[in-house]
Amino acid sequence: MDFNDSPEEATYRAKARAWLEAHARRRTDGGARGMAVADGSNLGEAKAWQALKADAGYAGITIQAPYGAGGTPIEAVIYRQEEGQFEVPFGVYEIGLGMAIPTVIAHGSDAHRDRYVRKALRGEEIWCQLFSEPAGGSDLAALRTKGVRDGDDWLVTGQKVWTSGAHYADYGILLVRTDPSRPKHKGLTMFIVDMKAPGVEVRPIRTMAGSAEFNEVFFDNVRIPDSDRLGEAGNGWNVAISTLMTERMQAGMGFGFVSAHDVLRLARRYGQDDALITQRVADFWINDQALKLLSYRAQTSLSQGGFPGPEQAVNKAIEAAQGQQAAYFCMDLLGAEGALAAAEVGEHWAGVETSWMWASAMRIAGGSDEILRNIIAERVLGLPGDPRPDRNTPFNELKH
Amino acid sequence: MNFDFSDEQKMFADQVRRSLADTCTMKEVRTVLESSTGLSRATWKALAELGVLGAAVPEERGGAGLGALELCAAAYEIGYALAPVPFVASTGVCAEALRRYGNDSQQEKWLPLLAEGSAIGTHALSSGGSTLRMEGGRISGRARLVPYGVQADLALMQADSAGGTVLILVPLNGAGVTRKSLMTLDPTRPLADLTFEGVAAEILPTGNEDAVATLVDGAAILLAFEQVGAAQRALEMAREYALQRTAFGFPIGTYQAIKHKLADMFIKIETARVHAYWGAWALSVDAPDLPLAAAGAHLSASDALRFAAQENVQTHGGIGFTWESDCQFFYRRAQADSLAFGPSQRWRERIVGALSAQAA
Repeated sequence: MDFNDSPEEATYRAKARAWLEAHARRRTDGGARGMAVADGSNLGEAKAWQALKADAGYAGITIQAPYGAGGTPIEAVIYRQEEGQFEVPFGVYEIGLGMAIPTVIAHGSDAHRDRYVRKALRGEEIWCQLFSEPAGGSDLAALRTKGVRDGDDWLVTGQKVWTSGAHYADYGILLVRTDPSRPKHKGLTMFIVDMKAPGVEVRPIRTMAGSAEFNEVFFDNVRIPDSDRLGEAGNGWNVAISTLMTERMQAGMGFGFVSAHDVLRLARRYGQDDALITQRVADFWINDQALKLLSYRAQTSLSQGGFPGPEQAVNKAIEAAQGQQAAYFCMDLLGAEGALAAAEVGEHWAGVETSWMWASAMRIAGGSDEILRNIIAERVLGLPGDPRPDRNTPFNELKH
Repeated sequence: MNFDFSDEQKMFADQVRRSLADTCTMKEVRTVLESSTGLSRATWKALAELGVLGAAVPEERGGAGLGALELCAAAYEIGYALAPVPFVASTGVCAEALRRYGNDSQQEKWLPLLAEGSAIGTHALSSGGSTLRMEGGRISGRARLVPYGVQADLALMQADSAGGTVLILVPLNGAGVTRKSLMTLDPTRPLADLTFEGVAAEILPTGNEDAVATLVDGAAILLAFEQVGAAQRALEMAREYALQRTAFGFPIGTYQAIKHKLADMFIKIETARVHAYWGAWALSVDAPDLPLAAAGAHLSASDALRFAAQENVQTHGGIGFTWESDCQFFYRRAQADSLAFGPSQRWRERIVGALSAQAA
């Protein structure tokens, strides 16, 4: 048992750190760097940084050569750990390069790989992921956006929702129902869609935090050539599952919610020190530390050539819920003044307010707390799936 | 990065598991629970024969010369079997104290006996309320809540002396020792009050004012492995029942009310497991973070086992509350172990103290 890099890993880390030192400024705030969603306000800066990374071989580290750097998952983890300590743009490319492009590589043709991957890695083209719908979030396979074959093309009509970055994305991977006469999981197909194509309309969603990172995307007879299909028609569910599996590789990203250290610092700042604070701070720290240790465990598995399994669901289940509880506790420290906005309290309070708001979102996004528990129960513990009476019925015979 | 036990350590643990599956069945646990023996001699003997009790004892003292990681890996299996044995008190505290701080003659006398299981060690480091006074090599006074105090042959305790507080070794089988067995919530975790009247004792030359704290940290980490092992067993028991018991036309494990309960057990167990692993590492290298790691391991493991034990009863429904159900073993053990090293708030204070020091 040890926490040291192997010699190869240490060399890689030193090289990455030296490159970052040469090209970016080290952060001084110390915390995690926040959620991998961006409103797009830093687009120019993000694009410039991405091009720099691509030239140095730090974009798409695990993506196979000649498209990407052809590195190992552990190298990607090491780079992410190092980059997290620097002041660099974050959030524009995480979904595209973490989920969409691996899907294009795995299920697309050589022509797709040649056309899209390099530009995406260089940041010249931004990708989004169009899966969730008003009719299907947790029950993704209930989606209704329909694709109808029309000669060499497909005509797509319907609506997606919660699409991060759709308002600045150039392309997306799009899951569509192409055969409603088959059961819900069987009649789906995955496509590459040009977000600037006629009939695509992006409308921002204003979140309860007041910001607009997510969108609704409407498709009105959008023409997609059959050559932009990813995988066989009717095999879209399996393609989507492989996309969602790559999400697990993003292990240990962290949301940057208030930590036990933050809670303790704020308590001291407000002159509070009692048994309740001791109790809550210690319990928050136990979870903070567990998340760090769980990421070591995932890193160990990657380091030994393994792949983190469904047990990774534990991480987000702990982290998002704790963000909410820690924020409540901080606000309670202020008593009646806890009702004030950070804009009123001061800059030191921004993290508390962000955690309070965004923990709510993160308990839902990327697998809700409830879906995570289903994953643990069914895929780790081997308990039966939920009753799914709609599973084998043709989709167009289901009641909607 | 290798945050895992080695293949050899895993093989060692696997041997322990297979042996305990034979010797320490739930029936054996029940026999101890329903008797006043306090421990399973057969299980203790099996652990001695496997080399578990002497794993960290040097070879020249009758042990295997391995280390803390082997003890931790074995502790998990001991907990998984709910083995009613004084592993933490005897091997984790008493033998470790001798190994770390004992002089040659003390080591020579006691370590081989502890390693082969023919002597049982215990301690009074965690109970508080002890009032022992040492004068002219003899002690008098009382030690409260000594684990396995009736069953043990040797105790590690603290006593006041003219030269200050000393760590002492006291054989318990001679004259002048009175032992009073106490009724415990978990009869497989016996406690006793010991009274001493002019009993010969030897000072353990620690030369280290953190000696007691280090021993308690190490013991708390070993106990955490036992707790995580027991919690894992409770989860498996609940899972098995949830697959087999049918209600409203389906196995109850089909329903989210049960599935999510079991997932919550898993989340707490994995939280405790990684803390215990970190503790094992800290113990194996005597890391400066050992006090923090011990606190994290002890608190998270206590939480995990309590939760797993209580929700195992809940998953079983009414049958889980009967005497004949094995659910009670976990429920009792969880409560006993969570208090084995003092109140949880003291451990939390230690975490916050460490965080404050880091921030300063």
